[in-house]
Amino acid sequence: MWHILKYIARHGHPGASAPQPLSASRHRAHLIHADILAILGRALAIRQVDAGSCNGCELEIHALNNPYYNIEGLGIKFVASPRHADMLLVTGPVSRHMELALKRTYDATPAPKLVVAIGDCGCTDGIFGESYASCGRVSNVIPVDVTVPGCPPSPADILAGILTALQRRPSRAADGGKTPDFTPGFN
Amino acid sequence: MQFSGLDCRFERLGAPLPMYRTGVDAAQWSALALAVAEAKGRLVSLWGSDRRAAGDGFAVAAAYATAEGLLWAELGLDVVRPAYPDISRFFVPAVRMQRAAHDLVGIDAEDSGDSRPWLRHGAWPADYFPLRIENTGQERFAPQPDNYPFAFVEGDGVHEIPVGPVHAGTIEPGHFRFSVVGEKVLRLEERFGYAHKGIARRFIGMEIDEGARLAGRVSGDSTVAYAWAYAMAAESAAGVVVPERATWLRALLLERERVANHLGDLGALGNDAAFGFALAQFSRLREDWLRANFEAFGHRLLMDRIRPGGVVRDLNAAAATQLRREAAALAREVAELNDIYDEHAGLQDRFVTTGRVTPELAARLGLTGLAGRASGQGADLRADFPWAPYDALPVTASLQFNGDVAARVAVRFDECFESLRLIDALLAALPDGPLHVPVAIRAAGLGAGWIEGWRGEIFVALETDVCGRIARCHCHDPSWQNWPVIEHAIIDNIVADFPLINKSFNLGYSAQDL
Repeated sequence: MWHILKYIARHGHPGASAPQPLSASRHRAHLIHADILAILGRALAIRQVDAGSCNGCELEIHALNNPYYNIEGLGIKFVASPRHADMLLVTGPVSRHMELALKRTYDATPAPKLVVAIGDCGCTDGIFGESYASCGRVSNVIPVDVTVPGCPPSPADILAGILTALQRRPSRAADGGKTPDFTPGFN
Repeated sequence: MQFSGLDCRFERLGAPLPMYRTGVDAAQWSALALAVAEAKGRLVSLWGSDRRAAGDGFAVAAAYATAEGLLWAELGLDVVRPAYPDISRFFVPAVRMQRAAHDLVGIDAEDSGDSRPWLRHGAWPADYFPLRIENTGQERFAPQPDNYPFAFVEGDGVHEIPVGPVHAGTIEPGHFRFSVVGEKVLRLEERFGYAHKGIARRFIGMEIDEGARLAGRVSGDSTVAYAWAYAMAAESAAGVVVPERATWLRALLLERERVANHLGDLGALGNDAAFGFALAQFSRLREDWLRANFEAFGHRLLMDRIRPGGVVRDLNAAAATQLRREAAALAREVAELNDIYDEHAGLQDRFVTTGRVTPELAARLGLTGLAGRASGQGADLRADFPWAPYDALPVTASLQFNGDVAARVAVRFDECFESLRLIDALLAALPDGPLHVPVAIRAAGLGAGWIEGWRGEIFVALETDVCGRIARCHCHDPSWQNWPVIEHAIIDNIVADFPLINKSFNLGYSAQDL
């Protein structure tokens, strides 16, 4: 135990002292943190659905939980059931074998709900395209609010996509549910 | 070359690892499987092809790993009745591969015990085979009812827990059917294919360079291993030798991928045993590592850094020095965390004896790669067939015998240290020279690539058509071998330990669903 406490004390919180060459991305993540907290000030529950991705996007979604992006510190939590979720974070392409499961997950999510499609395959048809086995982009299967392109998008891009969805939330009905494209600053 | 006195002649492929290919008849097909099994070799992969475009029939191929190297045997099959002798009698992992070969090409293993569909659920009909030449892969079908016959366990108090394909965490899609009594798991049956997105069909007709991008997306966590195996296959088909500097940079990328995955897994394994500290620290180290990847190579997961003929991007001396410094610092941190893991009684209580696969069982079921090395199966291509640059930098393969979660954790720590040592050695003596040579693809050529990825051996078999485009590209992941072993590892453990056991193997879904 003493070992563990010593280790924690020595390393502190990485948000406070990130490595130099990456100050730009760290700074950006901090600005996004501030913006999200200003809007939310309450919790957001996300259900992640891998609808057939190569798992690259999942690795970067996992990174949101690391101490740098610290997504739980913002009150954003990944939940185990769509029934507990405000938002679905979906990676694709949507395989035909996942089509029904994705639709059911969407139906099980209580309204009002947000859907963010993550990665090139989820936003466009990506490298896998549409075929006997693939439905292609997520919006071919369920309505999508925001797309976050990238192969895979960086954690900061995913965070910014979540923020974009939250910012657009009140006006969604007004413009007929059009999908805004979030263009990443870097990847 | 001849193998074990069999009357088939193997031709060596022009590749950095010893790989041999031969055509066989049905009797030789079975005799070879038996001879490899008797010589304690292992089945690497089995796949089917449709060669009617080239004037032949169907074909089934098997790749075996032996002490001499990789043996790739191909058996031509009748057009009307494409069937071949079952080899799951000799190699348990063949069962699912044979079922997948049926779903994709419509070729059958005779007298195999299990002929249920594997990759095909209800998305396309039973008489549609996506890799047959009369099909484009662009067909669409109305979803069919899907009633997969799971094995049923009966008895007093037995109940089923179905899990997935959408899991509780951020995980790939798959289905687990547990039959339990109270907390104890009596039986687990896995069902996959949910991430099947038609990759094998997608390859057909692609240019070689375009295929490299697709191969790098078979499994995002192993993008370097797949890209290298694919590039090796393309280079062996073209008879190209890659410049020395490019091979060293490839190894650097491969070892960095191994370290990144081990850091992620070690943190997640701690977390699955309720040790949140571990996840925080290892995920911090992984993030630093990925950011360094981005700085030095331009991509956090190192996608598209390897291309047929060499690598895409160079590394300057200043960046090399920086990476060496970071690797040394990481080794110190991981050593400290290793001590913390070792002396944490609560953690060890969850790890030790959990999800145990004895060396005897591992050998019988064909457990391979990282998980195999935790159960006494010592194979590691980097040590067994050291190709450039590993011929200049000998690798010590990690080996444990307890076969439990603790052993798989220990192998990850060992391999992390070994990879960090290799990274330092690679950066210290990086040879000068070009990064790339042109790859002139031959028409109707073939080649193979074989790489020790972080999870185990990745194999790619590549064939070109008369225009030099891809006629067939088969990518194989060690998850094929190791998933069935998890069904055994969980027996008599409690349901709550499944996430921990599963994570200790950390197998791919997309990687094998293709």
